[in-house]
Amino acid sequence: MLGRLTIEALPFYSWVAMGGAVVTILTVVLAAGAVTWAGQWRYLWVEWLTSVDHKRIGVMYIVLALLMLVRGFIDAIMMRAQQAIALNNEGYLPPEHFEQIFTSHGTIMIFFMAMPFLTGLINVVVPQQLGARDVAFPFMNSVSLWLTAAGAGLMGISLVIGRFSTAGWTGYPPYSGIGYSPGVGVDYWIWALLVSGVGSTMTGINFITTILRCRAPGMKLMQMPLFVWTSFCTSILMAFAFPALTVVAVLLGLDRTLGMHFFTNELGGNMMNFANLIWIWGHPEVYILILPAFGVFSEVTAIFSKKRLFGYRSLVYATMVIALLSFTVWLHHFFTMGSSPNVNAIFGIATMIIAVPTGVKIFDWLFTMVRGRIIFHPAMLFTIGFIITFVIGGVTGVLLAIPPVDYLMHNTTFLVAHFHNMLIPGALFGYFAGTQLWFPKAFGFKLNEFWGKMVFYCWFIGFYLAFMPLYALGFLGMPRRLEQYTNPDWQSFLLVAFIGSCFVLVGIFSVFMQFYVSIRDRNENRDLTGDPWDGRTLEWATSSPAAPYNFAVIPRVSSVDAFWTLKKEGSAYPFPEQYPPIVMPARTGAGVFIGLFGFLVGFAAVWYIWWLAVLAMVGGMTVLIFRSCNDHAEEIIEPETIMRIESQRKAQLISGGQSVAMGAPL
Amino acid sequence: MRPDILQQAMAEHHEECLDNREFGFWLYLMTDAILFALLFATYVSMFRNTANGPEPIDLFDLKHVFLETACLLTSSVTFGFAWLAALHQKRQIVMFWLIITLVFGLSFVYLEVIEFLDMIRQGAGPQASGYLSSFFTLVATHGIHVSIGMLGILMMVLQVMIKGLSPQVCSRLFRLGLFWHFLDIVWIGIFSVVYLPVFI
Repeated sequence: MLGRLTIEALPFYSWVAMGGAVVTILTVVLAAGAVTWAGQWRYLWVEWLTSVDHKRIGVMYIVLALLMLVRGFIDAIMMRAQQAIALNNEGYLPPEHFEQIFTSHGTIMIFFMAMPFLTGLINVVVPQQLGARDVAFPFMNSVSLWLTAAGAGLMGISLVIGRFSTAGWTGYPPYSGIGYSPGVGVDYWIWALLVSGVGSTMTGINFITTILRCRAPGMKLMQMPLFVWTSFCTSILMAFAFPALTVVAVLLGLDRTLGMHFFTNELGGNMMNFANLIWIWGHPEVYILILPAFGVFSEVTAIFSKKRLFGYRSLVYATMVIALLSFTVWLHHFFTMGSSPNVNAIFGIATMIIAVPTGVKIFDWLFTMVRGRIIFHPAMLFTIGFIITFVIGGVTGVLLAIPPVDYLMHNTTFLVAHFHNMLIPGALFGYFAGTQLWFPKAFGFKLNEFWGKMVFYCWFIGFYLAFMPLYALGFLGMPRRLEQYTNPDWQSFLLVAFIGSCFVLVGIFSVFMQFYVSIRDRNENRDLTGDPWDGRTLEWATSSPAAPYNFAVIPRVSSVDAFWTLKKEGSAYPFPEQYPPIVMPARTGAGVFIGLFGFLVGFAAVWYIWWLAVLAMVGGMTVLIFRSCNDHAEEIIEPETIMRIESQRKAQLISGGQSVAMGAPL
Repeated sequence: MRPDILQQAMAEHHEECLDNREFGFWLYLMTDAILFALLFATYVSMFRNTANGPEPIDLFDLKHVFLETACLLTSSVTFGFAWLAALHQKRQIVMFWLIITLVFGLSFVYLEVIEFLDMIRQGAGPQASGYLSSFFTLVATHGIHVSIGMLGILMMVLQVMIKGLSPQVCSRLFRLGLFWHFLDIVWIGIFSVVYLPVFI
């Protein structure tokens, strides 16, 4: 009846694990209690959970990402604390638990922190930058969100019921096979990836279509804002790389659940196929994470240097080249697998070539700042911090791309330092900068700058303290993922790294403090014009927060900095005498239910509760079929409503000191 | 607000949506093509990994495969007839050809299941070797796609019956057609990569 789910599944094996379970349950209970106490379930359901508005979906993605950032960071600081004390002793974490923690740290940070964060930013911003009213497939957008949330839910429940994988975030067989990992951990990992991976593939398809087909009239491809370009390349990578993750997770699942032999040691299995398949997804994934951040940095440098972006065309071409090359370098993740020297050399060279377009970008950003009037807003600080730090990471990356060097450094903390050096500045700093920049657009008031700077300085200093020692430790030969060690030379470095993670802790505290202070002082920091930074692209033409339809009058685009041009022409704020009706997608709960069924399928398959898996599968299919036969998924916003919203907007603009063009042509 | 203006706004919105959906569906097919490409690559790389177990030459029956191929290719043609009838707004004929397509699709899946069961009975199931794991996964993934396609055809028959050939229904039929023909192309790949090399 319950498959292999028994009372044994509860985490009584370690106090720390028990604590994790209790905290997880308490968080859920407290959150649910708070909503009940405030009497807001109906509001939450009607306005948010069932919404298909791209701005709300984006915000929900980012909320999920921030929650997961906390969870992933707790894992990180626990590992740092363990390694800081575990010289010649066992520390405070049992080995098996330590292994679960490094696995869940990587899995969460990549799939449930970074992916939702960038998807959220793309959702909030890209349609508005395009001058569009919504994405091409609003319902599919909601399904993507809820499948991602379902995957995150599987990660969460693995803390309470059963254990998580101990096989690292890439889950290499044969260790992740059923022979060596007979528990449910690897299955949780597989199903969390599968369920959320489908969501990411759909996000990719959605935004390729949106960007190619929903641009405002007149906007040529070479006039799209740079964040749109990088989102476009990221979407292409999502659509074309995530199927590989689906394949590799399914094949490992078949090995484990149905006893097949894709990656086993015996009967003709070939575990090297796994490394190939997962990195065919995995390397493009790195650029999926980084490219949107590159887009944010491009917008931020232009806005806060008060200049147009230097080398727009070269930035676009560099982005495209990076996207293309990202599919040609996957083998550098396993040079030591023993391919022939020529194969390794080719992939090594391909890897180094990626540094060229990236270098082009760095110079473009620097030249944008040259002779600009730089404003040291937190978003700009993140950008400058990124440029400095990312170059260091790039240099160590080129070093690792040399196969003989990689043979020395493979699986040492040098590698750990390198990829954190790419992803923390290259992805996370960009997402933070994007949050600082676009928060007013989503909520109508600006974020507190003092706490924004605190976030930056704590993360910046914390990053250097936490990861520079790991480069040194890599040279000293310390392997990654070590639960305890006997070499006294390593401990001082690990202590410094732990102190670094404490700085980051303050940084994460500052993130939430910034939200708290900003919400408290929101009336002093209202953004009345919708254009708080004197922006250049179309998202600043809408009100903050934007109306459900974004633009009552779709703007005409004739240049790269479309909104800037409109402002110069004095036609940025058109208010015609009357408005035509606007058709918008209606809210629907179908996405939530599909996510819920996705979660149940995953949970049931992890525990071999096959009747539930079949039932949930049928449930999900039924919702999908009913929904796809629906011909009336839209609602009409009446001209009277639009007139009311737009008059308010006009009054706000005038009180914000903005001159308004009256009766501009439709 | 005058109802005709509202209706016009709705109609324009629908037209744009349907165009987007067709474009998006092509993208979906590309992602699916990548999925199959990787399964093909896995199959080819595991071709020799039979682990002293059953060899493909002893397992495949060319006549059986020919029948399967004939069913699936014919079903693609009959789907084409259904689409032509839809272009001429001939509801009954659309339903007729869709049901014929469904019959051919069912026969294909039936033949495939028979083939699988027969292999498993001979001790050549997916657990027997890496080679057979990759064979079953590749061919069954295609088979599952065909089964989902058949569910789609059933839904389209019902929609054509109840709603008639409205622009929305026609657009769904068109996209389902893309899916169905795509599966035909994948099958030609399977026939040429999996079955044919064993016999030549």
